[in-house]
Amino acid sequence: MPASPTPTPHAPSAAAPSTPELLTGAEAVVRTLELLGVTDVFGLPGGAILPVYDPLMDSKKLRHILVRHEQGAGHAAEGYASSSNRVGVCIATSGPGATNLVTAIADAHMDSVPMLAITGQVFSTLMGTDAFQEADIVGITMPITKHSFLVKDASEIPATIEAAYHIASTGRPGPVLVDITKDAQQATVPFIWPPKRDLPGYRPVTKAHGKQIQAAAQLIAESKKPVLYVGGGIIRAQASAELLTLAEFIGAPIVTTLMARGAFPDSNDLNVGMPGMHGTVPAVLSLQESDLVVSLGARFDDRVTGKAALFAPNAKVVHVDIDPAEISKIRVADVPIVGDLKDVLVDLLTAYREATAADDLVGTERFGAWWKYLNDLREEFPLGYTKPEDGLLSPQHVIQRIGEITGPEAVYAAGVGQHQMWAAQFIKYERPNAWLNSGGAGTMGYSVPAAMGAKVAQPDRVVWAIDGDGCFQMTNQELATCTINNIPIKVAIINNSSLGMVRQWQTLFYDGRYSNTNLNTGHDSIRIPDFVKLADAYGALGIRVTKESEVDAAIKLALETNDRPVVIDFVVSADAMVWPMVPQGVSNSYVQYARDHSPTWDDDLAETGRVETSLRTVIGGNE
Amino acid sequence: MSHHVLSLLVEDKPGLLTRVAGLFARRGFNIESLAVGHSEIAGLSRITVVVDVDELPLEQVTKQLNKLINVIKIVELDQTQSVQREHMLIKVRVDGSTRSQILESVNLFRARVVDVAPDALVIEVTGDSGKVQAFLRILEPYGIREIAQSGLLAIGRGSKSITERVPKG
Repeated sequence: MPASPTPTPHAPSAAAPSTPELLTGAEAVVRTLELLGVTDVFGLPGGAILPVYDPLMDSKKLRHILVRHEQGAGHAAEGYASSSNRVGVCIATSGPGATNLVTAIADAHMDSVPMLAITGQVFSTLMGTDAFQEADIVGITMPITKHSFLVKDASEIPATIEAAYHIASTGRPGPVLVDITKDAQQATVPFIWPPKRDLPGYRPVTKAHGKQIQAAAQLIAESKKPVLYVGGGIIRAQASAELLTLAEFIGAPIVTTLMARGAFPDSNDLNVGMPGMHGTVPAVLSLQESDLVVSLGARFDDRVTGKAALFAPNAKVVHVDIDPAEISKIRVADVPIVGDLKDVLVDLLTAYREATAADDLVGTERFGAWWKYLNDLREEFPLGYTKPEDGLLSPQHVIQRIGEITGPEAVYAAGVGQHQMWAAQFIKYERPNAWLNSGGAGTMGYSVPAAMGAKVAQPDRVVWAIDGDGCFQMTNQELATCTINNIPIKVAIINNSSLGMVRQWQTLFYDGRYSNTNLNTGHDSIRIPDFVKLADAYGALGIRVTKESEVDAAIKLALETNDRPVVIDFVVSADAMVWPMVPQGVSNSYVQYARDHSPTWDDDLAETGRVETSLRTVIGGNE
Repeated sequence: MSHHVLSLLVEDKPGLLTRVAGLFARRGFNIESLAVGHSEIAGLSRITVVVDVDELPLEQVTKQLNKLINVIKIVELDQTQSVQREHMLIKVRVDGSTRSQILESVNLFRARVVDVAPDALVIEVTGDSGKVQAFLRILEPYGIREIAQSGLLAIGRGSKSITERVPKG
């Protein structure tokens, strides 16, 4: 059990004995992880990492979970980290073992997940000779890690792993890779702890500039139509409580991005929803029509901004981020603030109180006309869906019921695609770290292993994998890991028998020509594979649901079953689509509420060839 | 677009150059010239890189470079506030009739002849890029056989050092 939710032992307490103990490099790996407070690691052994696996077998403090594919170890480490704010650790061997981690490492890099990846490397004497299972994993991962280390000397192992752990978990978190040659693992050297940390080029800024904070407070005080644009940084900074206090005092609308679902309670009236390509109409337009965007740990991703040049054209921008490189990368900030959100939000509240101390109007009253506009939008365009015309099960209904029956204390890990968007839209999130997904990289196959990692980190919480039939087939082998290691996750396959999001685009933009998106797993198909049989083969409870009347009972049965994983095959309509939607590459002003509920397309859009029958204008541009 | 000279103080670690060059390539910034060598502090190297970008992308380049763990410091060296030099070796065709004219140009440009053969000279020239280019233009009519050129080197004027406040050792 984790002793504390955020152990970042900078100066580990274990007293160094007068004569240092002699350890092999492999033993030093295990000992270092133990001393750093790591309790769980996910991995799969192979030749070049074999030495480490020997002392690992004897460790009383480290639980190693043997996965079935290294990508599973990587995503499990991500799910572990994202659900608990601890560092996720994964281990693989050289060559293909290491390259199988690459997707998960890239995913962690895009979503700023603190992760430590340890890989074995061939003997240093064989490096560069195209040796068996040799791959330059440090070179391969340079663009997708926060940093990477190659260790060829056993004496450098403790300091390197400690530095990697420190880099992964501080500043803007991210994945760090430590590649250790087999001879370094085998050599015996004195084990020195704590090691001296030597990172002269690594000094993350955490304390923001006071003047900038005052300038930001002033801009908020002067604005008529502000919006707090909340990103995943709030969750990584563990600043949800500070955000709530600040937001309630200011009274401005809040949008929570895909990465920030749960950073601010959905039940709070200030929350107008998720912005972006599949955001709510009020959330999309609150940004688009605002006169001040206060970005808190967000990065103006193209899926949020639409065509960036046309994004929030009349807004000034306050941009708070711990990573200076995010500020003014996409949109030039009028007030840039580099710092740790947990501190910045407190300082910003103080500054805003001072800036507005003499004003009569407080809180939401300051923005009466703005709130009226947004509340009207809320009323006219609430988040919703229509039942599929083919009479088959509605995927949105399934996902909504999972959220309603299970509640906000659970963890929900989604795959990538339509089901991910519906899970972001129709499950109500009340706390940070409850919603896990692959936001930046969009990695299909994330869900099952990430849910597994989350369940290991948070054994007392219900953990749902909300997956698609396509995603599930990429990483479902980890069900074996779950069953054998008593990690009872619940998997909801939203089975529309196709690569649903791609199919949706084919419906909308390719005249319904369904090129290579039919997976034959669902309704009226040959059901290869049969997910219920597959669940059974893995020792999990498999349930098939085809009718709305069966949905609740299946969810309840899954919640009652905790002696093994549960897989529910929800056979849903393939025709359901994700709405609202902003077509790619256009202004967010073109948000479409539903297929037959679109704004009038203008010439710009017609040129892109994405012309829809326009029925009536529901949202008219920027006027 | 305009030229910017960045001086990077970096840890001398394996793969460092790959990290820097890879970052430029990945983010779509062009390296005009690159020069790498030791600094006066053991374990630290200095990279002088010339980039051709506008002001805003330059800020992004600098920030991204700063995120590299092995990069300790980045300074932009303004042309007026720094000394900037290129070094070039030029192999030029000569014969009896052109030798004296070429040697005259070498003197005018304060260049040096470093290798002599009956039909060719190797000339070494140092200077800012304007001077080096001018010298090349003068030699062109005689027939340039080969050139080898270093990246731009630059150092700030005055007594201040890029390694000030960097822990030594």
